[in-house]
Amino acid sequence: MTVNTAVPKMYGRCEDCGIYNMANLKKLGINMDKWDYMIALAGNPNTGKSTVFNALTGLRQHTGNWPGKTVTRAEGGFIYNRRGYKLVDLPGTYSLMATSLDEEVARNFVLFAKPDVTVIVVDSTRLERNLNLVLQILEITDRAVVCLNLMDEAKRKQIIVDERRLARDLGVPVIPTSARYNQGIPELLEAVHDVATGRVVCRPHRVKSISAKVDNIIKPLITQIKSAFPNLPNARWVALRLLDGDMSIMNAIRDDGLGELNHAPAFNLAVA
Amino acid sequence: MNKTDDILRKASKLHEQIDDEFHDQLAESLYADATRIADRAVSYTGEKPRFDFDRSLDRIVTSRIWGFPLMLLLFTLVFWLTVEGANYPSAMLAFVFIDTIHPVLHSWANTIGMTWWVSGLLIDGLYLATAWVISVMLPPMAIFFPMFTLLEDFGYLPRVAFNLDNIFKKAGAHGKQSLSMMMGFGCNAAGIIATRIIDSPRERLIAIITNNFALCNGRWPTQILIATLFIGALVPPFWAGIISALSVVGIALFGIVLSLLVSWGLSNSILKGEASTFSLELPSYRPPRFWQTIYTSLIDRTLIVLWRAIVFAAPAGMVIWLIANITIGEISIAEYMVHFLNPIGWLIGLNGVILVAYIVAIPANEIIIPTVLMLMVLTVKNAGGMGSGAGVMFEGSENEMMTMFSMGDWTLLTAVNLMLFSLLHNPCSTAIYTIYKETGSIKWTAISTFLPIIMGFVICFMVAFIWRLVA
Repeated sequence: MTVNTAVPKMYGRCEDCGIYNMANLKKLGINMDKWDYMIALAGNPNTGKSTVFNALTGLRQHTGNWPGKTVTRAEGGFIYNRRGYKLVDLPGTYSLMATSLDEEVARNFVLFAKPDVTVIVVDSTRLERNLNLVLQILEITDRAVVCLNLMDEAKRKQIIVDERRLARDLGVPVIPTSARYNQGIPELLEAVHDVATGRVVCRPHRVKSISAKVDNIIKPLITQIKSAFPNLPNARWVALRLLDGDMSIMNAIRDDGLGELNHAPAFNLAVA
Repeated sequence: MNKTDDILRKASKLHEQIDDEFHDQLAESLYADATRIADRAVSYTGEKPRFDFDRSLDRIVTSRIWGFPLMLLLFTLVFWLTVEGANYPSAMLAFVFIDTIHPVLHSWANTIGMTWWVSGLLIDGLYLATAWVISVMLPPMAIFFPMFTLLEDFGYLPRVAFNLDNIFKKAGAHGKQSLSMMMGFGCNAAGIIATRIIDSPRERLIAIITNNFALCNGRWPTQILIATLFIGALVPPFWAGIISALSVVGIALFGIVLSLLVSWGLSNSILKGEASTFSLELPSYRPPRFWQTIYTSLIDRTLIVLWRAIVFAAPAGMVIWLIANITIGEISIAEYMVHFLNPIGWLIGLNGVILVAYIVAIPANEIIIPTVLMLMVLTVKNAGGMGSGAGVMFEGSENEMMTMFSMGDWTLLTAVNLMLFSLLHNPCSTAIYTIYKETGSIKWTAISTFLPIIMGFVICFMVAFIWRLVA
């Protein structure tokens, strides 16, 4: 993660000041017809994605303290620093190796809708398990912000998370928050803004090569995928999934992955 | 298109070349990195706390011995508070909307010389149905929903799911079905959408078909009202509240039992297969943000559900007024329908009025009781000073409701079977539409629609039959 100094910084301008910008945060609810940046909210189930969503959009999407509250995606918008943001709240998922419908919705969105920034909301009291999804998302996008949520609970459980260390290791901004109490939201907004506008460039952590053998096998496949789908952000990941036998991902790519996001898919029953 | 096929062919060829360990390697390297990074970032202050609140509480609420009794106790408490708390505001709302404003509207219509059928349609049909829905439904909902939401916010619902998970698995269903069922206790349409968290299509279908056995928002008020009027009246006033609450809990539990039995039946007949395993994460308990929860549950749940009820009740009120006032010969359409359905109603321990109400109220379960009450006034013509011809005019307090019910020959059997039938009938039209959208199949939609209503008829018939044998 580096701060892009190519973008001229002019200190003393109101637009660079977090307090000014927070005061001018305009929550738009669902009244969103144009936007400059699209932001996806991803994360494990029950980490408070919907709470973050509500804090930013002013919507009151029903939140609940249990996994699986959100199964479809919800959308809303806000204006921050004179830019329009569209925010998409994805269903919680433990991984991107989609098996169920809600995981597929999340995977397809991050892969194909190409959000400008993916905010990964993690439960800071269960960091290790949550990082599994974070690493998977960082494999397929390099514009992400980690929202280290539920800091109040971590404090109660006497857990300390070194967010700077984490940010260095992950290569993306890490912002501690307690979304329920609106703590850390201004900082989160600033980080999202910085990544969206390119002021901060992420150098996301990537899983090192699995083995030389696999790397050799996969190379021609990556080339082929890249030539067939030049817009795909991460051909390597798709190739790895294919190699793993996840052929469904190809259908998703063929349909651009978005067709099925808009309606509930009918499933065929082999059992009946 | 060809390019994709090429890629797929190549990928599957490569897939054969590599060893089976590949998948594990990928997952392992992800886990290894996650562990390493987390280790470097996380530390604990001092000693681990000796007393872990979450653990200790979980040990009690999910214990084999205490889990279920605690669950029953909590839900009984919630219903008891609802029953006790809703009485007074209900009576007050009825006094304002029905006893006070309704006659005022009538005299106003007279002074401006409104035609009789216009005032009938608007004041006795549309207005009265709406007023009934508000005074019958608003108070219990305004008490029940915030309490339920507080429990949800605190983190209790996943523990309930955890307690039930094992039984669901034994019934051949997915453990997560307990979660979608919990959603169904709020709204069946929402519960049906929530089944998307279940990955196997077989188990998902079972969850969809059985979701209707979870009593929804629209049906709670019916249960609470009938329980208060009939079951609570059986015991001394001191016990009335708690006994009514227990009977509502009993119906809800019966719903869960049926949901398990039907799941078991389905998974052993038309939806055969193995139950899949999953891990259920118990979230930390979180202190609910009290006022915010009260506020959102009032705005989001109570008002939205109430609004839906009003939207359906208003036209239904007009329909009821019309079928009560359009006559063929000397008899109104409503009376024809009631008399025609009376024998079937008797057979299953109900009556024609209730069956007509369920036909009129297909769009929304919420309006069953108001519809029943309006139809009663029309068919029980000699209801003293309460009915005025084919108009609809009656007082709102519980005593007067009770007088009317007993005039319509309602007995304890009618009440019990109405509570059972309210649990076991077709889903509302919104839920049916949701089932169709989620399954994309007319066959499964039809099964989910007709299975509960057939069961309702059978169970009500059996109860009535045995009841009459014994009594």
